[in-house]
Amino acid sequence: MRASKVYTSWFLAPAVIIYTVLFVVPVVLGLAYSMTNWNSMSDTVKFVGLKNFREIFSVGSPYLKNLSITLIFTVFTLIVKEGCGLGLAVLVNSGIRSKSALRAVFFLPQTLSPLIIGIVFISLLSPGGVVNAFLRLIGLDGLTKAWLVDPKFVLGATILVESWRMIGWNMVILLAGLQAIPLDYYEAAALDGASFRGQFLHITIPLLVPSLTITAVLNTIHGLKTFDLIFALTGGGPGHLTELLNVAVFHEFSMGRYGMATALGVVVFAITATIAVAIKNAMMRNVVEA
Amino acid sequence: MSRRKALSSALGTAGGWLLALVILVPLAIVVLASLKTKPEAATMDLTLPAMPQWGNYLEAIRRGGLVRAFFNSVLISSVSATVCILVSSTAGFVLSRNRTRLNNAIFNYIFLGLIAPLNYITTIRTFQVLHIMNSYVGIILLYIALGIPFAVFAYFGYVSTIPRELDEAAVIDGCNPWQMFSRVIFPLLKPVTITVLVLNFLGAWNDFISPLYLLNRQSTWPMVLSVYNFFGMHFNEWNMISAVILLGTLPVMLLYLFGQRYIVSGMTSGAVKQ
Repeated sequence: MRASKVYTSWFLAPAVIIYTVLFVVPVVLGLAYSMTNWNSMSDTVKFVGLKNFREIFSVGSPYLKNLSITLIFTVFTLIVKEGCGLGLAVLVNSGIRSKSALRAVFFLPQTLSPLIIGIVFISLLSPGGVVNAFLRLIGLDGLTKAWLVDPKFVLGATILVESWRMIGWNMVILLAGLQAIPLDYYEAAALDGASFRGQFLHITIPLLVPSLTITAVLNTIHGLKTFDLIFALTGGGPGHLTELLNVAVFHEFSMGRYGMATALGVVVFAITATIAVAIKNAMMRNVVEA
Repeated sequence: MSRRKALSSALGTAGGWLLALVILVPLAIVVLASLKTKPEAATMDLTLPAMPQWGNYLEAIRRGGLVRAFFNSVLISSVSATVCILVSSTAGFVLSRNRTRLNNAIFNYIFLGLIAPLNYITTIRTFQVLHIMNSYVGIILLYIALGIPFAVFAYFGYVSTIPRELDEAAVIDGCNPWQMFSRVIFPLLKPVTITVLVLNFLGAWNDFISPLYLLNRQSTWPMVLSVYNFFGMHFNEWNMISAVILLGTLPVMLLYLFGQRYIVSGMTSGAVKQ
């Protein structure tokens, strides 16, 4: 039986062609057009070398602001999602009832469109919204804010909404990781008199490193690519304070500065790929075999 | 000891449901608001409508142009998910079975698509050259392309658990490659097929950024874009906005209700070893 005959290349061709034409070509074109002055004002597209990138990375450029906001957003969403996800996973795994129902509820936001979540939270976070009403109910009147308008809190608010969306997803992955840890480890540790805290720090966490790593990588990629949720929630405002890179790409695009929009897209691409690979390598070094 | 255990389990369960309220309350608010009058819905909260306004949904469908949007979303999501299955299952099968150096390179080439974000501006350029801007064909092809990396990856892994002897038996019985794949192998790939189908359908249904860049004609708009448009034009009518949102997410909710197992395992696979 000739492998090349039976496993014919015709089976591969449609996928490779569609993927190449509609995914790879735009990405490669992006590299090319990022070095042009492509815009809606003129009909000719001129090669300008690295000018767009020099503009992005020049001192005091608004794009550096976009970049730092994106990084802050990514780091903090990562911490909240993974921290709360781990907490929930431990809770759900601790022999409580209605485990699968809770899992289903926490996972639910992940199946909703981020845009729609953004729209809903506009109302919930408004000054007269339910978040402030809840804070007043528990006596924390001082903490009520105009969450999406106040420059001091708006980025934090978007971070919490994005985390709301993704905590359940983190929980499910970490829960699967927890369930893969053999129970004997805990029994042996308990016999030796290890506390819950000791068991958590010295058994759970080290054995959970692979799950924590993969969620960290994916959370980072999601964070850097975030668009819809912010677009709906704040539109990047007030005053560019929540303008993540992909939101800036859209704004450049709608102003007709296609070359610059493309260059920013390339920056998102480069950072996403670099950070994802770096985190994976760094964390995988600490893997403990179960 | 056992009483203490029962108590802590009950406390944990209660705590779990208390935290679940953080997820459930916002959803409940939207459902309630969709049944309120405009002044009642001005503050979105957990109060019940004085009189449920069932007519809101009909009005939302009419004013939001949701019939058209619904069919657009169904068309775009189902066709792209189906074709993606077709091209990715065959590709994953061949890549898994015939591991030549070229095929390994192709696998890695496709795998890159799992990390790399798409550049939408140059996608517009590509669409213009191919004359598929503002068309169903264009956005469907794009969703297929975006779905291929994960689908090929999933099929690739699953095919390697199916014995090669089956292929050989089929070939000896006189099947050509297509018959062998479609009659013998493909039916065995059902778990991956359902997962990929559901995920791609969901992904296309919920996507906002692609139609935002690539569909400028309102007649082609899918549900999420229509929701956004409605929100932009009637931003103080929260009862209507909620009704539109509810109708826009209803199919997704139903899918989640019945296909939860596939959705949860699919959305976390790659991260979780099955």
